[in-house]
Amino acid sequence: MSVVDTLFIFFSLALVLSGLMVVLSPNAVVSALYLVLVFVFTAGLYILLQAFFLAILQVLVYAGAIMVLFLFVIMLLDLRRPSRWWAGNLPMLAGGALVGLAFGLSVWATLRRTTWPDTPPATLFRGDLAAVVTPLFTRALLPVEITAILLLAATIGVVVLTRREERP
Amino acid sequence: MIIGLNHYLAVSAILFGLGLACILVRRDVLLILMGLEMNLNAANLALVAFSRFGRGAEGQVLTLFVIAIAAAEAAVGLAIVVALFRNRHSVNVDDYRTLKG
Repeated sequence: MSVVDTLFIFFSLALVLSGLMVVLSPNAVVSALYLVLVFVFTAGLYILLQAFFLAILQVLVYAGAIMVLFLFVIMLLDLRRPSRWWAGNLPMLAGGALVGLAFGLSVWATLRRTTWPDTPPATLFRGDLAAVVTPLFTRALLPVEITAILLLAATIGVVVLTRREERP
Repeated sequence: MIIGLNHYLAVSAILFGLGLACILVRRDVLLILMGLEMNLNAANLALVAFSRFGRGAEGQVLTLFVIAIAAAEAAVGLAIVVALFRNRHSVNVDDYRTLKG
């Protein structure tokens, strides 16, 4: 077993365990911290997939910016009390189990009908910076501009949403 | 054993299922948003894996856009949570029943 395979198994197991802890933890702060671990281990998998730029971006944007935002809002709303979420919402748990079963069955059925190649392709895509970023300035230029406008709209929307109305 | 595309897709599917469970089972708005982030992350992982084994940059370019949209979505979602908390003093989705007829 090569180093890459060992790392893949380690990252995958750690990713699934952290994701499980996000769902199960009664404390929102603990959930958020485990979500940081999920993002970091996903970045590890990106590195194994040779997507180095995306791995850096994952750590910077997801584990950095978005999770700081989450933790900031949790502390702002003072939600540090643990919630006994498993108590008293039996309909939700049953519905969740049902949907989970349906999702698992559909994934299983899809996997059954797919024929997988026995060997990986001889040449794999290597995600160096130029290969990933060049399309942003050529073919994907319009989506970049639209994303810019969307981010502007999101910024203005957040300011409007959280503005406190001043009543005379 | 050679780690191939199907292994990465299996991890992605498990992560997506965990995000779905988080959205369905937890009644806390913030936890629901966290589950949403996990779903987007699982989709990103599948896209990067396809990009690697399908020999093209498209998957990674799409992942860049997903990350940008996820940042915007988290910001707007958390702003809505703050506005809701200011009106209802609760983050439990079962307390938001004003629109229910």
